[in-house]
This record gives sequence, C-alpha cells and structure tokens, in this order.
Amino acid sequence: MTDNLVTGTRKSLEVVSSAPQGDKLIKKFLREPAAVISLVFLALLVVVAVLAPLISSYDPTATRLADVLAPPFTAEHPLGADGVGRDVLANLVYGAQTSLSSAAIVIAVSLLIGVPTGLLAGYRQGWIDGVSMWISGALLSLPAIVVLLVVLARVGRSTSLALVVFGILIAPSVFLLIRGSVRAVREELYVDAARVSGLSDIRIMVRHILPVVITPTIIQAALLAGAGIGIEAGIAFLGLGSSDKASWGLMLNDASQNIFNAPGLLIWPSAALVLTVMACTLVGNGFRDALANYGSSAGPARKVKAAEHASSTPEPARPMKKAPVDPGDALLVIDDLRVSYPRPNGEKSDVVKGISLRVERGQIVGLVGESGSGKSQTAFSVLGLLPGQAHMTAGTLSFAGVDLLGMTPKERNGLRGARIGYIPQEPMSNLDPAFRIGSQLTEPMRHHLGISAKTAKEEALKLLARVGIPDPERVFKSYPHQVSGGMAQRVLIAGAVSCNPELLIADEPTTALDVTVQADVLDLIRSLQAERGMGVVLVTHNFGVVADLCDQVAVMRNGEIVEVAEVTELFTNPREEYTRLLLDSALDSTSKTPADHPVEADMTTETEGAR
Amino acid sequence: MTSVNQTALPQAEPLLRITDLTVDYRIGGFGRKRTFRALQGVSLDIKPGETLGLVGESGSGKSTIGRAVLGLAPVTGGDIRFDGRSITRLSKKERRALSSDVQVVFQDPYTSLNPSMTISDILSEPMQVSGTSKVDAQRRVRELLDVVNLPSNASTRYPREFSGGQRQRIAIARSLCRHPKLIVCDEPVSALDLSTQARVLQLFSDIQEQTGVSLLFVTHDLDVVRHISERVAVMRRGEIVETGTTERVIAEPQHAYTKALLLASPIANPARQANRRRERRLFLDAQAALSTAAR
Repeated sequence: MTDNLVTGTRKSLEVVSSAPQGDKLIKKFLREPAAVISLVFLALLVVVAVLAPLISSYDPTATRLADVLAPPFTAEHPLGADGVGRDVLANLVYGAQTSLSSAAIVIAVSLLIGVPTGLLAGYRQGWIDGVSMWISGALLSLPAIVVLLVVLARVGRSTSLALVVFGILIAPSVFLLIRGSVRAVREELYVDAARVSGLSDIRIMVRHILPVVITPTIIQAALLAGAGIGIEAGIAFLGLGSSDKASWGLMLNDASQNIFNAPGLLIWPSAALVLTVMACTLVGNGFRDALANYGSSAGPARKVKAAEHASSTPEPARPMKKAPVDPGDALLVIDDLRVSYPRPNGEKSDVVKGISLRVERGQIVGLVGESGSGKSQTAFSVLGLLPGQAHMTAGTLSFAGVDLLGMTPKERNGLRGARIGYIPQEPMSNLDPAFRIGSQLTEPMRHHLGISAKTAKEEALKLLARVGIPDPERVFKSYPHQVSGGMAQRVLIAGAVSCNPELLIADEPTTALDVTVQADVLDLIRSLQAERGMGVVLVTHNFGVVADLCDQVAVMRNGEIVEVAEVTELFTNPREEYTRLLLDSALDSTSKTPADHPVEADMTTETEGAR
Repeated sequence: MTSVNQTALPQAEPLLRITDLTVDYRIGGFGRKRTFRALQGVSLDIKPGETLGLVGESGSGKSTIGRAVLGLAPVTGGDIRFDGRSITRLSKKERRALSSDVQVVFQDPYTSLNPSMTISDILSEPMQVSGTSKVDAQRRVRELLDVVNLPSNASTRYPREFSGGQRQRIAIARSLCRHPKLIVCDEPVSALDLSTQARVLQLFSDIQEQTGVSLLFVTHDLDVVRHISERVAVMRRGEIVETGTTERVIAEPQHAYTKALLLASPIANPARQANRRRERRLFLDAQAALSTAAR
C-alpha cells in the first residue's frame, strides 16, 4: 500500500531534467555549510603542506639549544620554539605534510584491498565470498592498536609501516561496505540484462557496479582519513613514529613534557589535529547527507525531501465559499475533493482535482483508472491515510452522516478499522512480520469492540474459517512469512471485516495475486458484502474485476472523474471517448486482435504508465 | 528493416529445442543445504519466427525456463539446443558469443535499465563489446529508437525521464540491437497500464513481422497469450501440463488446470462474467466431487 502511495506521488513529483546525476549531487553538497567550510579548510591544509618550505625556512627536526622554549610572536620564531629548540611553525606546517600523507597511505591501502575484494566477493559470491568474509571477520576481531605496537616493537620505529598495517586492519570496513552495495545492485535486472548482452564480468563490474559504489566509498575514505591522521599522531606521541619527520603527535609529546614551563605549546598541535579530523568527518557527513537527499541512484523510488513537508499532518482546510452538500442517508459523500503534493521547485502538483462521488449503503462502487489517475489517492483521502506532505481539501467529506473533515486524527483513527475497513494491495507488506497472525487479528477487535482476549480469539478463528482458510488454528498461530500471498490476503480481508464495518475500501485487492486466487478472493469479497450489506469502494485498473463485482463505476483520469455509470450501462454504452479507449484496450476475449487497438504514432506527447 | 536471417534454417527444424529440462535451485548458505526443484523434465520447441507463449501462475517455473535459456539458471538435467547445437552448459566465452543471437526483455522496466547511463549508452553498450564502431553503433541506436517509436532525442536522456511503457520500449530496443534470432520476454507487459500493454504487444508483433525473430513469451496472463502467440504451453509446479495452438487450448482446454485458469480470468462484460462465474463454480464443485470420489 505504501509502495503504491510512493509510486503514485513520485511520478507526479519527479522533475524531469536532463542534468547528469553527478552535478545535482555536488549542488546538494554545496548547500551544507559545515561540509563546505571543512572542505575549504582541508584544501588550505593541502596548500600549506605543499608550500611548507616557503612558509618556514627552518628544518622542523633541527634542534638548537639556544632557542629552547623560545617565546612566540617574535620575528625569529612566530610561534616560538619547543623544549629542544625546534621551531613550532615549521613543525606545524611540515606536520601537516605528515598528517596528510598518513591519511593518503591509510586510504590507499584500505581501498586497494577493500574495493577489489568487495567487488569480487559481492559479485561472484560463492566460496570467494565465504573465504573473504572469514578473513575480514578475523581482521576485524584483532585489536588494532595492540597489533601496531607489536609490529613496531619487532620492526622498529616507522610511521609508514605502522600506517600500512593500520590500512590493512581497517580494510574490512571498506570491504564490507562495497560487498554490501554490490550485493544490492547485483540483484538489479539491468545487471542480468548486461550479462545477457554478452558483457564480460570485468566490464559489468566497471560499467554497471562500480559507479554505484563510488559514492559510499568517497564517504568512507573521508572517515578513514580522519582515522589515519589520528593513528599517526598517536604513534608519534608514543615515540614510535619515524624520528626524522615532523609530526603533530610528536609536537604534542614535547608539549606535554613542558606542560608546566610552556603550556601554550599544546594549543597549536591540538588545534591542528582536532580541526583536521573534524573537517574530514564533516566532509564525509556532508556527502552522506547530500546523497540521502538526492536519493539512491540504484533504487527507483525517490523520497520527497523531509524539509519540504508543508504540514506534518494533512489537516484539511475547508473552503468556505461553497455550501456543503447535504449527505442525506448516503454512506459516503465526497464533494470537490482535491489532493496536491508540493514539488521540489515550490509549485504544487494536483493529483486529485475536485472530484465528487457518492456511495450508498450496500453498494459496490468501482474506482477505475490507469496509474496516476488519482484513484488510490481518493481512497486514501477517505481513509485519512494520505502521506504527511499531501495537501487535501474538500467541500464535503462525510461518512454515514458524520463530517470527516472536522474530525481530529484520533477520531479518524477510531473510525478506521472499526466502521471503515481497508483491504490493501500488497498483502505481505501489510502484515507485520514480527507478530503472529492471530495477535494481528485480535488486537484491533479488542481495541474497537472492547471484547476479551478469549472472545476475540474465538471470533478470529470463526472469521478465518469464513474467509476460506482450511486450517484456522494453524494460520492463527503462524507468522506472516509462513503463509502464501493468497492466504495473507484472506487474513487481511478477515481483519478488514472483523469489526463489522459499514464501509470497506479495497485498493487493488487482487492485483498482487494469481488469477485463480484472484477469482476466489473476488468471490469472497462478494459473498461477505452480500452477507453484511457493507458499502464497498473498489479501486482497480482491471475491467474484468469491475465487471465481476461492481454496481456503479467511476472512471478516473488525471485526477478527475470522467464518467460515472451503472456497471452494465458503462460496458454496453460508454458515454466518454476515454472510457471507450480503456475498454478497447482490455485484452480479454471481448476484444478481437491487437490490430484493433489504436497506436498513436506521436510518442513524444504520450505518457505510457506502469502500474 | 533488418535482414530476415532465419531463412537459412529449414522450416521443420526448431530454432530452440528444450528436452527434459530440470533445474534445481540451492537454498540456504553454509551448513544446511537444500534444493528446490523449479523445473521437472520440461520439453518444448520454438520454430524460427514463431512465438511460444508460456503461461502459468507464480512459482510454476515459467520464468525459470527463460532464465535457463539465457544461462541464468542452474540446469541440473536435460538439454537445451539452439540453432542445432547444445547450449546447456556453455563456457563464459561461448555464452558471450551467443548473446548476439539470444536476447531478453524483463518484466520490470524500472530496474532493467541502469539509472546512471543515458539511453544511447544503454543501447550501444552491447554493440561496442562485440566490436561495432562508435559511428555504426550511433547509427544503429537511431534506427532502433525509430523501430520502437521513440523520438530520436531520447538518446541523450536518462531512463528516469521516461514512463514505464517508454522504458519497456527502450528495453525492447536493447534486445534488438544485434539482430537476435530469439528474444526471451519475461512478463514484459505485466507491469504496464492496460492501454500501454496493448501498444507494447502491438510493437512486439510488428517487430516479429519485420525481423522474423522468435519469441519465448513468458506471462501469467492468458489474455496476453491470446494476443501474441500462435502456440501456448501451460505450466504448473515446474511441469508443462498442456501444449497446443493458442486457439485450441483456449477453446477446448484438455487439462483441468488450464480450464481452471481460463475460468478464473474475469471478462470485461458484466453479463458474460456472471456466466463465467457460474461456470467456474460448477467446475470447481465437479472437481471437488471428483477428488472426494477418488479417495
């Protein structure tokens, strides 16, 4: 159900533009001030590191006894000198070199190991996957700092070696990330299509899979850079790093020895370290946020940006200009219903454009149309289940004489499930996989009808038997994944009618089902309706289903009702051109050959929808 | 538009012959390994230029046959012969060579096109790997867009700019790019709107008329089969229960399951549907009586 909702709104919200995807991502990134400042800071740091010899004429490792703890802000030593007479400024700028190259080493080593193995394990799976997962697990379980100390103790002081070892130890994080993303893309049909097209595995990886994993890799690299810089500083601080290189860690070490004589020495390396590591993290986060807002490039569904929610609850605003329609004794009266969604560019797109509909007690009304016609949006308006960013208005929306527009969300909640039942399209995604079917059936009954757990169970078992489930006891105790799709839909129908609703709203209730199961479910809905005299709103795209079940039919197109008619009348004597076109498109035995179907040559003006 | 390349074969010789095909999927990872038999001894033929409809419900194994022909399913027994030679177990290299002859159109037009590639890249990629020059590939892309009735300015755009039906046209164009002899169509119209369905089916018929390509058309919808294929095989639980000309199978179904399928599919005509509903009721009651009598 939510799937359908997202698809429906997505299609109307999607802005068609021919800008390549990369451009958009960078634009989004530039909108994150913290990330942009951090990126500028890192760029400046690179410049400083490269131009180090121009900034300071001192050798950062040269010690001069005369300058021990020289005060700062002098012409000779702008930032002073440390406990053994080394120039602080020189150490700071040359230290930037060391820090940045440490980051580079860690990133290079971990990506070189992690990316190819991740691609291979994710794509090929099988034993390669098993073995590499085992190795990655083993590496991850090693305590990195202990391993580093052992290596350095054996081999001697070497910053680069330590960083390479650290790169290897942290490579599994890259491996797992890449493997996970590859496994997700691998299932995409376009990868199968590429294989059928005769592309080699390597080409498929480079052309179809690598682009998808590049962005998460960049984010991970930014975080690894921070880790690399931290580790280098730590090793140097402990005195295990190379002694012939300037390092912020080494500066900290010296500063901590002179903490009582010259506490100011601590400021520079600490500030440099904190700012750099923070900048790396913020850049990574900036990319991640930009990516999240922009939607995954692999998935078809693009979510609407959260910030664009006009109001968190779709509180209907009533236009006062129109006098409400007198509901009379009709079960459901909809008058001038409008639903719109905000577009990213600030405009709004109307998905339901002022429709009016009446459902009498005991009547089955079909709401039929193609994708994007607004039929599901209409159903959700009645249920009060439109997504947050939707904006709904109506002249009248009344159910059994009660005004739905004036109700609080809590009151609407009390109505749903009790007096208005709902059968969704996707039975499996509408059952909670964590709970047994029985508890999902009895919970609403106990809540709405106020009956005991024991009575609710008896009722639920009766209902399950009523909807044609052969072994109600077993299904009652089962989890949703243990029953078939057809069974799950029967369970949901049982749930929808469990509180004796006066109105049943069924949104494409048989679309996800096999045709033989569909026939059974249609029979079930018909017999339940006859037995209980419910009013039914049936949303469907299938004219066969309409012919089977409905008394009255409303044909929808682009958010408007183009025709309302009694069912036999609609099929034998459609008034509107569009209805006729839809009926002609039906492939069943009422039409003759495909040659009868109008094929429009001008494809540019036409939109071909998918359900 | 393209050369009719199947005339080299004598008419009687099938283009695709599947004999006694069995497919087992392994389920579960390390430790407890079980297998699931998706196909059990399936045999069928497709002649050059013919369309065979493969109809069945979910889990019947109909898609697995298509995937086995494409080399995407683990074949455990039987033989698949294409154009006179066995393609059951091919090396990766041989499979790649075959890709110009056997192509596919998948069900979901949203995931079967790489979202980060332009239409031109999607269509020319299979040609470039087989050594077609860039200029020739571009010319062919324009040709293909014309064949599937898309505007030629589509080539610089991305899949997300197209609707479901248009994406399916792009997928069809991709399958055609190297003049295949057989296209496996795996539910290619099931995700489309009704009016779009009719147009895409029409496109398949037109293309077949022009190029003489054979189609293995997998679908759950008997109405679609009626429109697209001369012959149909009805599948259930990994086996073919009935094969025959579409006309015959629909007019006089031999197998009870075929009959059940036909009676379950609703007609867009209230009076005739009420009739069919009654027929179905009677049929199901008779079946139930039969099975109790057999016990």
